[in-house]
Formats: sequence, structure tokens, C-alpha cells
Amino acid sequence: MKVEQISIFIENKSGRLAEVTRILGEAKVNIRALSLADTSDFGILRLIVDDTDLALRVLKEHHFTVNKTEVIGVEVPDQPGGLCSILEILDKNDINVEYMYAFVERSKGNAVIIFRFDSVDEAIRVLTENKITVLKGERISTL
Amino acid sequence: MSEAKKFWNADAECMPREQLRDLQLRRLQQTLQLVASRVPCYQNKFSRLGFQPGDLHTLEDVAGLSFTTKEDLRLNYPYGMFAVPMRDVVRIHSSSGTTGKPTVVGYTRDDIRSWTELVARFMTAAGVTDEDIVHIAFGYGLFTGAFGLHYGSEAIGASVIPISGGNTDKQLMIMQDYRSSALVCTPSYAMTMADRMEKQGVDPTSLALRVGLFGAEPWSEQMRHELEQRLGIIATDNYGLSEVMGPGVAGECLHKQGMHIAEDHFLAEIIDPDSGAVLPEGSIGELVLTSLTKQAFPMIRYRTRDITRLHYDTCSCGRTLARMEKTRGRSDDMLIIKGVNVFPTQIEEVLFQIEGCEPHYQLVVDRVNNQDTLEILVEVNEKIFFDEMKQQRKFVDQAEKKLYSVLGLSVKVKLVEPSSITRHEGKACRVFDRRNT
Repeated sequence: MKVEQISIFIENKSGRLAEVTRILGEAKVNIRALSLADTSDFGILRLIVDDTDLALRVLKEHHFTVNKTEVIGVEVPDQPGGLCSILEILDKNDINVEYMYAFVERSKGNAVIIFRFDSVDEAIRVLTENKITVLKGERISTL
Repeated sequence: MSEAKKFWNADAECMPREQLRDLQLRRLQQTLQLVASRVPCYQNKFSRLGFQPGDLHTLEDVAGLSFTTKEDLRLNYPYGMFAVPMRDVVRIHSSSGTTGKPTVVGYTRDDIRSWTELVARFMTAAGVTDEDIVHIAFGYGLFTGAFGLHYGSEAIGASVIPISGGNTDKQLMIMQDYRSSALVCTPSYAMTMADRMEKQGVDPTSLALRVGLFGAEPWSEQMRHELEQRLGIIATDNYGLSEVMGPGVAGECLHKQGMHIAEDHFLAEIIDPDSGAVLPEGSIGELVLTSLTKQAFPMIRYRTRDITRLHYDTCSCGRTLARMEKTRGRSDDMLIIKGVNVFPTQIEEVLFQIEGCEPHYQLVVDRVNNQDTLEILVEVNEKIFFDEMKQQRKFVDQAEKKLYSVLGLSVKVKLVEPSSITRHEGKACRVFDRRNT
């Protein structure tokens, strides 16, 4: 159920984002989804790629600080209020969303949102019980 | 108005050098007797050399004794180096420490009396009289600066405003309303006040301010010129360190040709910081001081780590006391930032305490709007990298808070990518001081 995500520390200066994408491109790693959280000094770039291990290796070789984290991909009805219905379920069950971002591709006509939770397993249980589709890791990579 | 006094103690300050050397020798012999009978640290040093106080016959013989370093003070923390019982100690002061623990120093009643006299001497030399209103903007507390100048001012008969540090707007208001005529603070704080005046449209010539006595951190001739111009004052430098006494060890007269060392109370030597050899007169090297009259906390050949040069010719003011040039730097890695002593190892310890890892770091010291700033670049590694921004910010906040509590200085922590700090032969360059470039 879980999806592997890599996080990369980058300084907030020109060319760093380009450098990361260049390294991944040269290693033939395809970026499936991405989000960037930033401050005036630094940023945390989160990526979902088609080959996590390869991406980790090449980035480390280029002296980037990289971590692997688990997130989950959730199918969200692509209609007004679609995301809200899911967030309400999480709220009712006291599950805190650390961050979330949208996936580029769709799954069976639905949008896909990547969520990072404190308690991943609990979140999966609650969502599944509420008939929300949590996508399998392999499926995300092949969307 | 009374005729301005030129000397506080002309007999001592203008003593013929031969007579001064006799006095120094006598006092040095007494000090050695005192420490040999009371202070285990010196007893050990002397016995290792097979030295007895009676063996010292000339001032030059002092070169045969071991140095005392900050490490000795640390090992004897807190009261191990005191030469009198605590009932004779009337005051405790302290300086920022190298490795967490500060240095503790004590004073007997007589020590306070000598200290007061020596401060009164340099304040008089800097033009302060009993007509002055002395505005002391050093922080009152364990730091010796404020109390030293406070007592000296009172001895002169000046009116003291013990305003302490901080709150610049209030300082300015008091300076205007109470007609402060002598300003005592660090040169960088004086610069901050000048900036604030300019911002508020306060004309310095409308103030009663006449002289500025600045110390506790190194400053340049250029900064003196700027402060004198902007504040409409005569600015003089003074020198001291708490391990030896505090302010009053040396101070400039109005001729500004170096700081007169109170040689009847301190013996000054210049050594090669690497070999420890005493250098000939006129050489640049590390200043080593021996106290000649102190009772509670005598110091034998204390390595100040300050690099300077001494001049022994009589000054135009008539003082025969040696003059020391402004310090040119340090023979260790200590930095003085906003008057606070900072050692890179302190930063290392704090970073280590937070996540139990030792990231590469670099101290970037700068002067922005005439205020010292300290930024610490920390290379992010996997242990201190978090996927969540909240956690990452928390690390930075914790580091900044902890550094503030250890250093007493606000610090900006900036996370940088691995390998981005310049390395020299594999070792990260710990300090980048932009103030002197």
C-alpha cells in the first residue's frame, strides 16, 4: 500500500533544482510526481520516481543529502468536493496530514493525491474502511 | 570648572623606569612567595622546575617559569587557583568559558581597591574628570567591564549612570536628558548608538557627550576616526581581561599612542606564541602578563593569546609606563563577537548535543551596519535531514536557542548542502571572518 518517496535537501539558490533533475535524467530515472517545500535558505524536494534505489544512489554519488520516506497515494474523485470528502474522513479520525501534493497522472478517471502522515498504517486502515482507494506502490510507479 | 587632572597617580604613572623595575622585582618576589605557599597549581609547576621563589633575582628570571593558560583555570574550576580563603574574597567575577565552564576569578578588598585605582588612572588619562556624567552601557553582571568602570568613575568623583546594555532608544533618551558626557561601552555598540541617532535625527553636537572609552573587543583606527566624527567625541581604547583583573590593565591617554600598561601592578612580556621564547623589545608577539599585587587570584605568566607590540619610550603625556599597541589578533582560534568570547569548539559541542552527530560547520562573522553578526553554516547530513519542514525548522530553532544560551549571543544557523563548505586539506575551514576584509 505504501509508496516510496525520496526527499532531497537543496539550498535555495539558482541551479540546484536543475542539477537534481539533470542527474536523474542522465541516470534515466523518470520523475512521476514532485513537490517542493522551501524557506528562504533551503528547500526539501520530494520526488516519486520509477526507480527509487537508482535515484538514491546517483544523488548520493553527487553529494546530495537524501532520505527515503513512505507516503501513500489515494484516488480522489475528480469533481468538486472530492478532496474535501477525504480530508473530512481523516479529520474525524484524528489523522494529521503532514503534507500532500497532487500526482500528475490519473487513475481510472480519478485524480491521485500523495499524502504523508505521522501514522501511515492507521491512515491506510481508516481510508480503506471508508471505501477510499489507496493505490499500491507498484501501481503508482506505473501510472 | 576645576582644572582637568592629567594624572590620577603621577608618582606611579611617571616613575623613572629603573625605579619601576625595582618595584616590579620586589612585588614579583612577594607574589611568587604567596602562590608558592597557597596555590597547589603553582606549587606543582614550581616543583617540576625545581624552582623556589627565592631563586628569582632579576625580572628576566621570570622567563624560566612555566606559563599559566586557560586550561589551568579550567582544571582548577571554580576556586582552585585562589590564594586566599573565601572569607577574604569580597567579589567574584567570571568570563565566558571555552568548554562550557566559565572562568571564575575572585577579589579581596585590597584587590578591588587596586582595580578601582587602575581604572581611575586610565579614565583620567582618557579625559574623564569629577565633572563628568559617565554613561556605562556595558552589561552589569559577571562580566568585569561594567563594575570595573563603575568603581573607577566613582573614585574619580564622576556621576555614574549604570544603565547597562541594551535598549538603545532608552539609552539615547537618557543620554539626552541626563546629559551623559562620557560614554563607556564596546566600540560596536557605540556605532549602533551613532546609527540610531542618525535615524532619529539626533544631532550629536546637541548632546553633552565629550569622550568615549571603548573596550572589551578589538577595533581599528578607522573605526575610532568614524566614532569620533559621528559622535563628536574623543575616543580612547582600553584593555583588560578578567583572568588578570578586568579593565584597567592598560588604557590610552589623549595622545592615543598605545595603551599604557599599569606596570607597577603587572609585568608584561612578549613571547613567540609557538616556541614560548621571550622576544626582544619591540617585537610583535603574544602578550603574557604576571600580576604583581593581586591577592585573591594571582596570575603568573598568563598567556593572554592577544598579539601585540610594546613600546617603552616615554609618551608625550609624560607617562613612563610601556604602551601596548591595539591587539592584532589572537594566537588561538578565539573570536570576539560583540565583546563576547567565542571558541569554535563551543559551537561543535552544541551541534553534537542536538542530534548526536558532528556535522561540518563554519562560522561566518561579519559586520553589518557596524554590528557584529555570527552565522553558522551547517552541512546537512542524513541524521539532521528530515523530510518534514516542521522537523527541519525545529532543528534550526533548537540549534539557535541552544547556541544563544551557551554563547549569550544571537546566532543564525543556516543549513547548507554537503561539501559546500570550503575544505583545506580535508578539514573544513571553521571560521570565516569577513570583518577584516
